[in-house]
Amino acid sequence: MNPPPSTLFTAPTEWQWLIIFYFYLGGIAGGAYFLATLIDLAGHPADRPLARLGYFIAFPAIAICGLLLIADLRRPLRFWHMLVQSETLRPMLKWWSPMSFGSCILLLFGLFAFLSFLAALGESSDPRWRRLRGFSRLRRPGLLGTLVTCLGGVFGFFIAGYTGILLAVTNRPIWSDTNLLGLVFLISGTSTAAALMALLGRQLRWTRPEGVHALERFDSGMLVFELIAIVALVISLGSLARLWLSAWGALLVVGVLIVGILVPLVLYRRPGVFGRLGVAAAPVLVLVGGFLLRVVIILSSEAV
Amino acid sequence: MAESMGFFTDTTVCIGCKACEVACKEWNQLPAANGGVNTLSGDSYDNTRRLDGLHWRHVRFVEQFTPDRKDGRWLLMSDVCKHCVQAGCLEVCPTGAIIRTEFDTVVIQSDVCNGCRDCIGACPFGVIDINPASGTAQKCTLCYDRLQVGLEPACAKACPTNSIQFGTIAELKTRAQARVERLRGQGETRAHLYGADDKMLGGLNSFFLLVDRPEVYGLPPDPRLPSRNLAPSWWATLFGGVVVGLAGLFNFRSRGRRP
Repeated sequence: MNPPPSTLFTAPTEWQWLIIFYFYLGGIAGGAYFLATLIDLAGHPADRPLARLGYFIAFPAIAICGLLLIADLRRPLRFWHMLVQSETLRPMLKWWSPMSFGSCILLLFGLFAFLSFLAALGESSDPRWRRLRGFSRLRRPGLLGTLVTCLGGVFGFFIAGYTGILLAVTNRPIWSDTNLLGLVFLISGTSTAAALMALLGRQLRWTRPEGVHALERFDSGMLVFELIAIVALVISLGSLARLWLSAWGALLVVGVLIVGILVPLVLYRRPGVFGRLGVAAAPVLVLVGGFLLRVVIILSSEAV
Repeated sequence: MAESMGFFTDTTVCIGCKACEVACKEWNQLPAANGGVNTLSGDSYDNTRRLDGLHWRHVRFVEQFTPDRKDGRWLLMSDVCKHCVQAGCLEVCPTGAIIRTEFDTVVIQSDVCNGCRDCIGACPFGVIDINPASGTAQKCTLCYDRLQVGLEPACAKACPTNSIQFGTIAELKTRAQARVERLRGQGETRAHLYGADDKMLGGLNSFFLLVDRPEVYGLPPDPRLPSRNLAPSWWATLFGGVVVGLAGLFNFRSRGRRP
């Protein structure tokens, strides 16, 4: 008789809704900054406002993430112990601990997201932000702007992906039975960020339609990549995949794969299917699917 | 550094009296659960059920009965933190609250822990939990305070059958091996040690003599370190980052060339 998987003998972490929202918003924040960096580096000059939108999303989202994480601690006032050794006041970093590494990256990303947020505000034509115009040097072109954008983009990539690795580097069922959670969360974070930027870009009319179309085309590619990655993730779980022969599996198939990936893929290709509603429906469904993905991944393991 | 200290728990002589549980709670001043209101498990004579933030020792009752209850046996095991030589909890702790002591034991410093709960998911044995009284992760300290003044841990002191034995790891291993051989000589061929050699997480400083498969006692057959997933997960994520990055650059650049 085969012994049962050892991960079934562990205790749940009680990471629940606050962490789900953190993973979701963190993915969007990191993804939005990452995309804004790509647009700033390689995009058409006319799409500069689209990248600006990415910076406007990234900072508030990551600021909320910090609050969510602090609120989730059982001793919230000791949040700084993640960054500073409480006894020696030396910096606290264990690169091999994803939570320690992630705390430092969160701080650094928050700093760069803030700088780019200021730069984006400084480019505003609104006279209320006139005093911030000097900060516009923190965006490309220019060496300083390029440096800030590139470093922030790298940190954004880490923020979008490390959350999956945080789950994998435990001994909990599902989470630690695959090495693909970081990959899936990274793709999903970028995809949901692209969807949000496309949705807001279209609604706010900050950019030309070609910019939004490019984001939608990019998101279509990400959805296909995400579909492949999720199928690979299920296969990599081996016998543990049977834990998803449950309501969680149904939510994964219906909520994530069908509603969050396949339907938006069709809508991106044929936006007229649902009339005018279809244009906004695709990114909204991608955002819903990205959230449900994290719900399934986190709560299905916590339920064991 | 002092010699490595630990527990050898001989489950074959445990009588399920739970004196160890009580001694642990008393010495460590762990409050009662549910405000002292006793909650019966309903399906077992064991009402503690599992290790948690308020129970750092737990006598597990394995009640194996036939459906008609004409035949059956009891397996009893006083469970506790394994004080792994390679400890998953210590590995992931982001605050440095979890330390290895001079006795080679693993201790959570309650004044440093901020209750992030990463260690709970990292422990391969499900030992750690939040103590609701302190809001921090807690578990057996192997009575670190007693060890520092030359006393043995409270549970081992209270155990009336010597099921829980405390001592240096080298001495305990010798004693445990002799006990296994004696049991096998008496016909209990299933007797074996769990966690005594360094193949399991570098060795468990709290190891057990079992007479059935580990999973029967609620112990994982193959406990591993959480860091086994660190490098492969990062490589997969970096691969994803390269694909996403190139896709993004190609997507926006190709469009940018158009008028």
